Amino acid sequence: MTAPRRSRTSSRVGPLVARTEGVPTLDVDALLADRGTRIIVCCGSGGVGKTTTSAALALRAAEQGRRVVVLTIDPARRLAQSMGIETLDNVPRPVPAVDGSSGGSLEAMMLDMKRTFDEVVESGASPQMAAQILANPFYDAVSSSFAGTQEYMAMEKLGQLHAEARRTGAWDLIVVDTPPSRSALDFLDAPERLSSFLDGRLIRLLLMPARGPAKLMTAGVNLVTGALAKVLGGQMLRDVQTFVAALDTLFGGFRERAQRTYRLLQADGTAFLVVAAPEPDALREAAYFVERLNEERMPLAGLVVNRASPAARGGLSAEQALAAAQRLDEAAQTDQTDQTGETGETGEEAGGSAAGDGVTAALLRLHADRARIVARETRLRRRFSTVHPDVPTAVVPALSVDVHDLAGLRRVGDLLAHTP
Amino acid sequence: MSPRTPAPDSGPGTDWDGVRLHIVTGKGGTGKSTVAAALALALASRGGTALLCEVEDRQGIAQLFDVPPLPYEERRIVQGPDDGGALYALAIEPESALLEYLSMYYRLGRAGRALDRFGVIDFATTVAPGVRDVLLTGKIYEAVQRNKRTKNARRYDAVVLDAPPTGRIGQFLNVNSELAGLAKMGPIRSQADNVMGLLHSDRTRVHLVTILEDMPVQETADGIEELRRAGLPVGGVVVNLARRAELGEEERDRALSGRLDPGLLRADLERVGVRASSTLVEALADEAREHAERRELEEEQRARITALGVPTYELPRLPDGVDLGGLYELAAELCRQGMA
Repeated sequence: MTAPRRSRTSSRVGPLVARTEGVPTLDVDALLADRGTRIIVCCGSGGVGKTTTSAALALRAAEQGRRVVVLTIDPARRLAQSMGIETLDNVPRPVPAVDGSSGGSLEAMMLDMKRTFDEVVESGASPQMAAQILANPFYDAVSSSFAGTQEYMAMEKLGQLHAEARRTGAWDLIVVDTPPSRSALDFLDAPERLSSFLDGRLIRLLLMPARGPAKLMTAGVNLVTGALAKVLGGQMLRDVQTFVAALDTLFGGFRERAQRTYRLLQADGTAFLVVAAPEPDALREAAYFVERLNEERMPLAGLVVNRASPAARGGLSAEQALAAAQRLDEAAQTDQTDQTGETGETGEEAGGSAAGDGVTAALLRLHADRARIVARETRLRRRFSTVHPDVPTAVVPALSVDVHDLAGLRRVGDLLAHTP
Repeated sequence: MSPRTPAPDSGPGTDWDGVRLHIVTGKGGTGKSTVAAALALALASRGGTALLCEVEDRQGIAQLFDVPPLPYEERRIVQGPDDGGALYALAIEPESALLEYLSMYYRLGRAGRALDRFGVIDFATTVAPGVRDVLLTGKIYEAVQRNKRTKNARRYDAVVLDAPPTGRIGQFLNVNSELAGLAKMGPIRSQADNVMGLLHSDRTRVHLVTILEDMPVQETADGIEELRRAGLPVGGVVVNLARRAELGEEERDRALSGRLDPGLLRADLERVGVRASSTLVEALADEAREHAERRELEEEQRARITALGVPTYELPRLPDGVDLGGLYELAAELCRQGMA
């Protein structure tokens, strides 16, 4: 049995006892200003604001003088519209209304996985062969409908953008959003998975009819081909073989590029930002990612915790607030009984409590809720930082509205960089 | 539907009587796993046997229910009192699902091991796009499909699937249609047709979890449209993490326009012995304004959800997060609202 792709039993990496010093702060502006930073990869589990963070960082970098291209995977429609990338043409387009006074610029694009795949085919195969592949029904399903392709194509596109940046000098910073996959780690595994397949025996077996001198037909091969035919049906096995044979010429180049991109991600100019929300699942995935990046020797720049609840002010704890609310309720009840007893009026009209209608008690309960939520989030973040004390962290407070224009992105950028 | 006598507390009927497979999806971060777990508990509380499945390799069920990581095996995680219903859980893992499928339907013997040696299993479960989804949906089908004639297998009155997020749900559930298009005939074709038959039938519903924010609600609306286009049966919308309605409409208006009287606040606070510093009074008024702002945005989103025209349920945001106790509370809430 092959080892599972990611083992849940792999050990944590980090100190064994808690340290006393605080969490280092992620200096976003220093990261963006460093000309050595050439690629920023934002990763994290779904729904934590990866795309918004990527776009905000890219905009901030551009307005501070970097020439930036941002690759988003699946932006919300309105955000895409505001960046002028709602049309899918798979090439970066200048974002309008970016302040270029510092000499920077911003281009943006949305990954079109099918188009990217088509380009791989068209650039790697003869026109005749390419046409044949593009018309294959398996190709259609794999390139447009099947889960898993996005991870491969995100790597491919990043490689292309990097090559173009070097060739034309059009950009000096690439910001990448990662696919909203089942796990944020999937795209890191793409090259290795592909290699294990291409170096494996299965591909030779699948290519047999195309390349196949009969002398390779060992007993094992017969056994496997027989089993495959039984499970898939003879026709489907032949279709798969035709498809793999057609793609065969492309695989080598594709793998080579994926491996190159993988090495690029390990290089000095790359900075990974792990994005999370102050929720157990998101922080657990973030911790896992931090450990994994460490293992792969990928350069981690820091952790961004989005959607943090704003702290409760006023120095009143949740318990105190709840107790006070309860006393107010009781007082109001007593008043009401007294009043109705004496005058027959309803308590609401003549309420003895100063604000009369229980508003103060309601505010105290809201305050208690907020204090409890903040305490919980703080506890969750502390748990993360105790185990990973060296990860610089930026905490971004939750916004009360969704971000769907450049002004909103600027605001997120300010919050990321802790500038008011 | 259920051969058992219903538990005494089960109401006259729920919104989804007759549904065997509940698929729960939602945008990342909306708490779909929590809702799936609460729904499974709620269904089991009606006296039957329910199965909760996860497919994303996260061990989310184990964490929610505070039990050791689940193996690829249907494990009972909750048994109701007096035989009053049970909840089983299964973390579906594509590799094991494939091996199980092969041994269940084909007697491959030595050839099966050869498939593994040649990297076929690995290829199918990790390299080839799409195959994972075929295997995961296939296993769900098998669990739902069991009947009295199925030997040595537990029957479930309801199966709840903690499914991939909304952005991927159409692709995930439709993978078998794609597959049927590729396999014109043969065993794969008939398997794909069977799974599709179940997913498109009256025995299945896809529920969507959202929070009251613009993007998740938009994604919910888009998701419903996509599911309907694909002929997949849309169930209900579960609004999760809803804020408490502490303030009435009029008070919210006052909070928004800054007309909460600080003098009255101060007097109230002093009355119950809280030192009413001006920071505290200001903070409370600010918090009330922010709360009212949020509530206003939430009302807009709630209206959009109502306009979707599907049954809607609402679960509160628990300030201390969802622990086991919280999960039971949410389950009770779903029962009360008629979802289960």
